[in-house]
Amino acid sequence: MIALYGLVLLPLAGAAAAWLAGRASPRAPWSVAIATLVLLAGLLAYVTHAVPAGGGPWLAHVSAPWIPALGITLRCDMDGLGLVLLWLTVALSFPCVLLSSRDIADAPGTFHALLLATIAGVDGVFIATDLFLFFFFWELMLVPLYVLITVWGHEDRTRAAFKFFLFTQGSGLLMLLSILGLVVVHQHQTGVLTFDYFTLATTHLSPPLAMGLMLGFFVAFAVKLPVVPLHVWLPDTHTQAPTAGSVLLAGVLLKTGGYGLIRFVVLLFPDAAVRFAPVALALGALGILYGAWLALMQDDIKRLIAYSSVSHLGFVLLGVFSGSALGMAGAVVQMVAHGLSTGALFVIAGALQDRLHTRDLRRMGGLWPALPHLSATGLVFAIASLGLPGLGNFVGEFLVLLATWRVSPPIAILGAAGLVLSALYALTMIGRAFLGSPPGDGWAALPDFGARHMTVLGAAMALLLALGLYPQPVLDLSLPALPHDAARPIASPPVAPGGPRP
Amino acid sequence: MTAAPAQALLLASMLFALGLLGVLVRRNLLFMLMSIEIMLNAAALAFVAAGMRWHAADGQVMFLMILALAAAEAAVGLAILLRLHAAGRPTLDADTGNRLKG
Amino acid sequence: MLALLPPLAFLPPLIVLCPLAAATILLLSAGRMPAPATRVLAAGAVGLAAVLTLWLAVRFLSAPPPTHRLDVVLWHWLRVGGFDARIAFTLDPLSLVMMLVVTGVGFLIHLYACGYMRGDPDVARFFACMTLFVAAMLVLVLSSDLLCLYVGWEGVGLCSYLLIGFWYAEAANGAAARKAFIVTRIGDAALLCGLLLLATRAGGLDITMLLQPGQPGGPVAEAAAALLLGGALAKSAQVPFQIWLPDAMAGPTPVSALIHAATMVTAGVYLIARLHPLFLAAPTIMAATAVLGLVTLLLAAGSALAQTDIKRILAFSTISQLGYMFLALGTGAWGAAIFHLVTHALFKALLFMAAGAVILRVHHQQDIFHMGGLGRAMPGVFAAFAAGAAALAGLPLVTAGFYSKEAILQQAWHASPLLWAGALLGAFLTALYISRCVFIVFLGPVRTAPTGRTEASMAIPLAGLSVLAITGGLIEMPDAIAPVHLLFRLLAPVLGPPPAEGGAEGGAGLLLLTGALAPLAGIAMAWVLWRPRAGTAAPAAGELARAARAGWGFDAAYGLLLVRPFLALGWLNRRDLFDRVPDLLAAATRWGAAVLGRMQDGRVRRYAGWIAAGTVAALCLAVRP
Repeated sequence: MIALYGLVLLPLAGAAAAWLAGRASPRAPWSVAIATLVLLAGLLAYVTHAVPAGGGPWLAHVSAPWIPALGITLRCDMDGLGLVLLWLTVALSFPCVLLSSRDIADAPGTFHALLLATIAGVDGVFIATDLFLFFFFWELMLVPLYVLITVWGHEDRTRAAFKFFLFTQGSGLLMLLSILGLVVVHQHQTGVLTFDYFTLATTHLSPPLAMGLMLGFFVAFAVKLPVVPLHVWLPDTHTQAPTAGSVLLAGVLLKTGGYGLIRFVVLLFPDAAVRFAPVALALGALGILYGAWLALMQDDIKRLIAYSSVSHLGFVLLGVFSGSALGMAGAVVQMVAHGLSTGALFVIAGALQDRLHTRDLRRMGGLWPALPHLSATGLVFAIASLGLPGLGNFVGEFLVLLATWRVSPPIAILGAAGLVLSALYALTMIGRAFLGSPPGDGWAALPDFGARHMTVLGAAMALLLALGLYPQPVLDLSLPALPHDAARPIASPPVAPGGPRP
Repeated sequence: MTAAPAQALLLASMLFALGLLGVLVRRNLLFMLMSIEIMLNAAALAFVAAGMRWHAADGQVMFLMILALAAAEAAVGLAILLRLHAAGRPTLDADTGNRLKG
Repeated sequence: MLALLPPLAFLPPLIVLCPLAAATILLLSAGRMPAPATRVLAAGAVGLAAVLTLWLAVRFLSAPPPTHRLDVVLWHWLRVGGFDARIAFTLDPLSLVMMLVVTGVGFLIHLYACGYMRGDPDVARFFACMTLFVAAMLVLVLSSDLLCLYVGWEGVGLCSYLLIGFWYAEAANGAAARKAFIVTRIGDAALLCGLLLLATRAGGLDITMLLQPGQPGGPVAEAAAALLLGGALAKSAQVPFQIWLPDAMAGPTPVSALIHAATMVTAGVYLIARLHPLFLAAPTIMAATAVLGLVTLLLAAGSALAQTDIKRILAFSTISQLGYMFLALGTGAWGAAIFHLVTHALFKALLFMAAGAVILRVHHQQDIFHMGGLGRAMPGVFAAFAAGAAALAGLPLVTAGFYSKEAILQQAWHASPLLWAGALLGAFLTALYISRCVFIVFLGPVRTAPTGRTEASMAIPLAGLSVLAITGGLIEMPDAIAPVHLLFRLLAPVLGPPPAEGGAEGGAGLLLLTGALAPLAGIAMAWVLWRPRAGTAAPAAGELARAARAGWGFDAAYGLLLVRPFLALGWLNRRDLFDRVPDLLAAATRWGAAVLGRMQDGRVRRYAGWIAAGTVAALCLAVRP
């Protein structure tokens, strides 16, 4: 389906248009960006609609030669997992542009062009099945964001952006080495030089070699996800990025890590992944607890949310390496729910910073009467973030924990303890920012959220609620493409699914 | 009576070592230049000895080339020396050369 | 699909929907709705739910389905990888009784709140949370799937958080709300682990499936029961989790009545009663339940005896009464626990609302030693409070509390005379502390002159609940008085046949008499100690009294052993240890650059030296054999 190329080319074209429009008028790039996103959503709806029913796990394919001499093609395939994450990308791009970037005064054309280029890279990452092409998109996604942070970030932006770049680029190079290693090994075995994902998946690897190559991929995605102790770039970057950058980073870019873990680590190296699983599970539990613990200690509201991301995405690592369809499905739901809830929290934190000119929780307090709508939405998304049942995050966390329990109850218990800590930091954040009494002599008149913010955030809330109460569409969509048959089947329940029903 | 090539090579190494020692321990630029000349001549001697050993003319060709090279080196080196002196530098101490202010 | 169901099946979802719809409307209106409309909507929705529940009860009881249960599957929630969870309700006698309590008492409290919260600017937020709470509580008691129950379980916790911290401007209220949520959340995490364990074992969380006869015992069953018990203990404020409930009194009084007396805190009791076959398979955990219940009962009663704040007295009293229920659960007296749950909901809600009426009239004064002689100024409220106090104390024959407490004492005697003795001591203490409260607040000299009058919307629920607190026990009586067993028979399909009583031997009558004398002794002793006298009354000042007033130091101990070390460690690591690693790398790089950079110092001779050394080294490497 040629439309898959469109998913990448459309935002790129939009980026060019936005950059050109920026020279005409300062407001034009915003309109161009909105138009591009609307078109992109339409295109994605068309792709979703055009999927043949019952066509197997892979929903759409497209391929064209690129560098035949090196066996590099422009091959893209989309499965349910990719589709879900593509929709998440589009859904979160709207709040980025609608709520955060409209008031960018400084070179708005370039800003929107970079934003759209990042989105193009993310879209490409979610569909590319040629490893070279994948790496290309992986880099395409990083560079514009680096520039976004360096130019439009907050006070310490240069250092944060540099750290971000070093971590992601360094780990990306490890992945490139692994890709090349895999390609070379495959060529030795078959004489065919190719970067094709499906062909490379059939390569026979000796266990140590498979483990080495897998670790190369794992480190790249673990930095992105992020996995403790490779998370250290994230708090700085989130804190210093402009709001749109934070939303995009937390909502979408981190998910490329989870996506990569599923698509490349577990599927390309199933046996190595199973052997590595105990370490990964331990790292996941560590991430959940450590992230939540540090979130509790932060005074900077954006840092707090950033550490909470570390905690939430620990669940994704648990789910991916629990080795069952249940855990994979949970990880996907968790990624989507985290994207929505944390994205919204970053919007709110950004709005607070715009109004108060500080991110320091020690200088907030008692904001509820001054900003009732903003505070109420903050409360709602904080509650989603602490995993209240009925909202999407709980479904993800529960499925992940259930899958983990089957493998290792102690790890699952540690994960459940993370739920207590998440309640601690979420409620502490709410209490310190919105409740209590204002510092000094009360707040001067502050502009509350208007209809635009309430509509967009309300839509995010509705999506979270839908995901929490009826996640079946996402579960069904994410299931067939997951490598559950490739992973080791782990302790299936003794009773038939569902069991006897009254 | 002709010296064995091995003896010529021994002499060349000794000359080279002397030259190197001179470069390393002498601080006077003039003496350093002279030491470099010695090292170059040691190399030339080694070439001549080698040419003799294999009865080839290459060694003598290389000797002529090194001669030219040494002349050029001496010319440039002495010119720098004179420029430094002309610029009013009170000493020919090489270790003060890192203060590149002429 | 719904059209095919019999109409009766419509009712449970509809009853949940009533308060849920009201909550949604109130939330979306964002405070723009006028206050009278808000009140009508909230009380009306809960009232409608109560009426529908009554109708449902009548229909269900007049023509019970053969299985004594009605299943309503709403939709499949999660179906993935061999795990299946549904949003589904089951109506059976147990859930029906709970629904009656939740909607009935809930409606009266909403009515009361219309008067109590008059004039509060945020009344829409208040009622939104209250109605949302009722909806969540109904989901909790109706769910036929434990995961669905967990939705209600956490939902009520959230509403509790929102309502305790309702007056958020006071930082202490927010702290109390947070404490309540976090402490119960610890139990929730244990409950969740229990669910994970059960789901892994059984492949699903459908309650009927989990409770199939022939539960295997063994360590897994013990572990599952222990985890579920952890959840129940935290929710019901039992030792060692009881610390959150007294602080939760920071919320408005109707909240204390609805959530922290009548309904939410009894969720743990309901959970254990609902899952009692799992507990029967774990005798150790049963014993632990009974012992923890007894310990809670006595500790909290002791604390209640030393409190000075009227709401805290009632809070400790609630903890203590919940201890009775856990004692009953631990001895396998499921029916008695539910019976006490019902009567306790009636009289404790009544006590809280009467206390609220008092507090409003004396300018939000809550210290009982600043009240006094209020009986003459507000005889109606006095009568209501006295009725509730009598029921709480278990005044023989004429109060509901007597019968339910009697049922528990009987069971305790059969389980172990020690437990019975403890429970009897508890009955004595209960009568003692509540009589102390009544004597000090309503008798004696006037210390704060009351103003205003109690509104009709507040008086009507007081009157209604007073009647129920007196007569509510008549549905279930011991054989020695009258063989009335309406409740136990009703619950028999769920909880099993009611336990046999003492039998023909004369012991039953003697037990009954002892149980009846204990509260009378308590009241008599209270009269001796705190009867109205001239002069000022003051709280006891001894070491023991201070410890009791502070809840026996649990708070301080947790603070010292858990909270402080946790926060201190966190403070030490607030800059993130792992974040220092890249900094170290950067420093190492910088240091290395400085060291290596020194080689390039512009000294020609040193360069020559390096060149010579490098050449020699390279030659050595190349020539090495």
